Amino acid sequence: MSKVTLTIDGLQIPAKEGMTVLEAAQASGLYIPNLCNHPDLKPAGLCRVCVVKMDDWKIAISCKLPVKDGMVISTEDPEVQQIRKSTVELLVANHPMTCLTCEADGDCELQRVAHYVGITQENLNRYRRSVRSIPIDRSNPFFDFDHNKCILCGICVRTCDELQNINAIDYAQRGVDSIISTLANKPIAESRCESCGECVIRCPVAALAPKGAQEPMREVKSICSYCGVGCGVMLGVRGQKVVSVEGDRDNPVNKGSLCVKGRFGYRFINHPERLKTPLIKKNGTLEEASWDEALDLIAEKFSNSKGDKFAALASARITNEDNYLIQKFTRAVMGTNNIDHCARL
Amino acid sequence: MMNFTEIQEQARQEWDSLQSGSVPVIAVGTATCGRSAGALGVVQAFEEEMSEKGVEAHIVEVGCIGPCYAEPLVNITKPGRATVAYKNVTKKMVTEIVDNYLKGDDPLPHYTLGSFGEGTVENIPRILDTPSFKPQERRVFRNCGVIDPTNINHYIANEGYNGLSKALTMTQSEVVEEMKKSGLRGRGGGGFPAGRKWEAGLNAEGDQKYVVCNADEGDPGAFMDRAVIEGDPHSVLEGMIIAGYAIGADTGYIYVRAEYPLAIRRLERAIEQAHEKGFLGNNILGTDFSFDINIFPGAGAFVCGESTALTLSIEGKRGMPRVAPRPRTTEQGLYDKPTLLNNVKTFSSAPMIITRGAEWFASIGTEKSTGTAIFALTGKVNNCGLIEVPMGITLREIIYDIGGGVADGGRFKAVQTGGPSGGCLPESLLDTPIDYDSLDEAGSIMGSGGMVVMDEKTCMVDVARYFLDFTEIESCGQCVPCRLGTKQLLDILKDICAGKGKKGDIDLLIELSQSVHGGSVCGLGQTAANPVLTTIRYFRDEFEAHINDKCCPAKVCKPLISFRILEDKCAGCTLCAKSCPVNAISGEKKEVHVIDQGLCVQCGVCMEKCPKKFSAVECLSPKLPVAPKETTEVVA
Amino acid sequence: MEERLSAVLSPYEGRKDALIPILQKVQDELGYLPDDAMLEIAKTTGLPESRVYAVASFYAQFRFTPRGKHTIMVCRGTACHVRGAERILEETERSLGIVEGETTEDQKYTLETVACIGCCALAPCVMIDEDVEAKLTPQMVPEILSGRNE
Repeated sequence: MSKVTLTIDGLQIPAKEGMTVLEAAQASGLYIPNLCNHPDLKPAGLCRVCVVKMDDWKIAISCKLPVKDGMVISTEDPEVQQIRKSTVELLVANHPMTCLTCEADGDCELQRVAHYVGITQENLNRYRRSVRSIPIDRSNPFFDFDHNKCILCGICVRTCDELQNINAIDYAQRGVDSIISTLANKPIAESRCESCGECVIRCPVAALAPKGAQEPMREVKSICSYCGVGCGVMLGVRGQKVVSVEGDRDNPVNKGSLCVKGRFGYRFINHPERLKTPLIKKNGTLEEASWDEALDLIAEKFSNSKGDKFAALASARITNEDNYLIQKFTRAVMGTNNIDHCARL
Repeated sequence: MMNFTEIQEQARQEWDSLQSGSVPVIAVGTATCGRSAGALGVVQAFEEEMSEKGVEAHIVEVGCIGPCYAEPLVNITKPGRATVAYKNVTKKMVTEIVDNYLKGDDPLPHYTLGSFGEGTVENIPRILDTPSFKPQERRVFRNCGVIDPTNINHYIANEGYNGLSKALTMTQSEVVEEMKKSGLRGRGGGGFPAGRKWEAGLNAEGDQKYVVCNADEGDPGAFMDRAVIEGDPHSVLEGMIIAGYAIGADTGYIYVRAEYPLAIRRLERAIEQAHEKGFLGNNILGTDFSFDINIFPGAGAFVCGESTALTLSIEGKRGMPRVAPRPRTTEQGLYDKPTLLNNVKTFSSAPMIITRGAEWFASIGTEKSTGTAIFALTGKVNNCGLIEVPMGITLREIIYDIGGGVADGGRFKAVQTGGPSGGCLPESLLDTPIDYDSLDEAGSIMGSGGMVVMDEKTCMVDVARYFLDFTEIESCGQCVPCRLGTKQLLDILKDICAGKGKKGDIDLLIELSQSVHGGSVCGLGQTAANPVLTTIRYFRDEFEAHINDKCCPAKVCKPLISFRILEDKCAGCTLCAKSCPVNAISGEKKEVHVIDQGLCVQCGVCMEKCPKKFSAVECLSPKLPVAPKETTEVVA
Repeated sequence: MEERLSAVLSPYEGRKDALIPILQKVQDELGYLPDDAMLEIAKTTGLPESRVYAVASFYAQFRFTPRGKHTIMVCRGTACHVRGAERILEETERSLGIVEGETTEDQKYTLETVACIGCCALAPCVMIDEDVEAKLTPQMVPEILSGRNE
């Protein structure tokens, strides 16, 4: 890919052919306000907030505009400023003003662009305010869908289509009545949604928000324990408690994606009924034991069971390497080929 | 199968025997507009009268003849004489016409609009000499109202399929070149040179190409495309087939509104007949060229008039326009294949350009806008209807000569062209010539041809509100400036009409209009604010009166008007009280009546019902204060 | 309903591109688009359910509730507007006791508005089923309605 240079607001920026102006700006650490763009998805060009002026005459949308060598881009042209300001003001005039109790507070793209554009109460007062009052869809056990906060950026729809290929949701109705919807506006739990939550994490506002989410005090990098894929996770920890899970975007296995279990099934970690030590049955009842005790007992029983009376069933929840070790152990140590794996059943 | 000369010969014989036969021909306009005025009843009346009285004549149902104000229209041609056009024909008139003109020789001049064609009829002026018709030039409408649209032979006998036959002897580039030379600009409203589009279609690479006809005529106040399809469907098909040949496409689609059931039936019939004659299907007229046409009934979305939305709609998707930068439709259109998309009137113009040549076509009109323009002239004008005029004619000529001036003796206020994407032009711009560029400069657009005349009883704020109401509903909703911008503009305009306008609203309207124009994805959004901007530009005082004085000068906006009965004029006839839908009027017979302002809903029926000789009801703006309700409660 | 539906759908197995004609045919057959019919269309064409609804709800022609025996469409075109369409609509609403978009309780009439039916020279007009009633005044409304009152 050949390298090109473009100018954004007087700054020379290097870029590669095939990039969009927005991508080039972001790669150089420049912020061009935007709402409907997401690096994992094809650009939609619908929010119109990333508007720029090209070569001093043409209004263009930077998320869809391919870079060209020698291109001159302005993000502060008066016409650009006006379109951007009106667009953001319109969004805010139609958005609930419940920021302090909103899940997205502090991490809200709408707040960010509103702040960048400089929305004032005085300006906003000129507008006719109109906020939807659609009941919140709480049917999904893991997240809520609040259409009143939705800015119709379509990121969730594109995620469900482009990344997950599920298509549980789509745009429905049209114009000002447009809404992200399942078939006939049924609750999302009745759709083919698999609750992966990929849309939830990409929602720039809190139209889609996890239930009972808590801000973590620190993050711990880990590997998801549910299956052998080995997705990288960032566990959000508060005190000694895991309060959230996010996909690890740096992990080459999942690049940030997670399934419903990995993303939402973390509450077992701090569950009061979770087993924390091995249990050994003594006199008909299970009693807590130490790992040494348990492993000694297993070794003893295994030693007496070599040959074909032994069989091993390996699990998909452990890694390939661990599975390899199990079959090696079964064949070489236990002396039998009776080895199978749950994924074969 | 017959060759084209034989087909033509056969068609001419049929046509000539009808035209110069020994019996009169009665042509009744039975397009949708004629039908709603009662044309089918007129046809039936002629049939009954003639069989009863033993009169012989051919009855031909033809398309829209143009002057809708005169519907139902009947044209009678007696052998060897000029055609007499009868206007506003009723069943009672049918009896008289049959008795006096078909049986006798009195054409009943007082029932006629005029005469046309070869020969003369005593005491009846030639229509084309009347001010209403003189400036007109019927080209796209050449066959409308003349031929039976369900009879392909009528079309063939009138130069039909001549253009196709000729095009097939030319190379593809020659056809494109001829279109380019003609200077024809896209009649859908955008005005892009048609020849250049055809050239792009020809040059686009691809093994599969499509031709699409945009008949999704959704502009409120426009019905030209429907008239062409209903009156002359083959001209559209022929234009599409020529286009298919020129660019190398084998499939065509006509995207036509489902609200036009008659037009769809006419097209279905025409396609069937074109197949029978070998103008559609495999090896057209014995050449290697094959082409077929499908009808796609649109499901009701104005935005599908936009080319990319239209093609997506044919593909079974939501009609949401593609976002720029994007490839042109001629490169990637329907199913991502090269697609030539033109309006009904553009295709309908192609056969005559090929038959008669580009020079002939460009011989009228202006240098940059050649040929004719078609308008649906409606609103507060005397002669409503479809008109076809050379480009370059002025708005004044159209409204005052052709249209016969403002209806009911009213005073002209504005003329709206271009539908919801256009603008309202005031009296001072009446000398603007009709062409793409002049209208653009004045702040309106040519559009697809709606032209609505407004008089002093039309409120311009209400008109702006009306158009925004339309675009807000029709916005596809994908981009923020259009989805929320049109809604915001509408909400502000509604407030102004309701007397809730605030200081600064006009500035906000202008500011938002500019942002919606600059920020929207497609043409619908980019032009949505035109009606707001032009009404503010030319009628700012009306906006200010609404906001500052709570006054609607045209007395249209209900929350700002009151009706009052003038004591010195009311004769107590009780007509108003009887017709008031909410019983807000009280008064004894022969005594002065009074309107209860608290109950009145400002419907205006009382004013209409009050006999002219009294004219005792007046409309006021700003509103009269509403007297507080008398309380009968005893306050303890 | 199932039989009528499968008869309409059978030629369209796997035809994702034919969604709009399918929806039109199903609506012609059933009078509206019930949820179950849309599910069936999704299965037949292989389209996601959400997409079927996305498309159906985009176009004004499609209905999700049963309609009355007669459909009254009050034209709101520009020409009709400047000649008093609003009053025709109000009078129709008053006469039927329903508002735009609703169906009368006896399932006889559904009242709708339409952007333009293209009879602008005969404004204001109303389309009842496939017939156009032209040059109306509010006083004429009860009369044109009673004409269909069989």
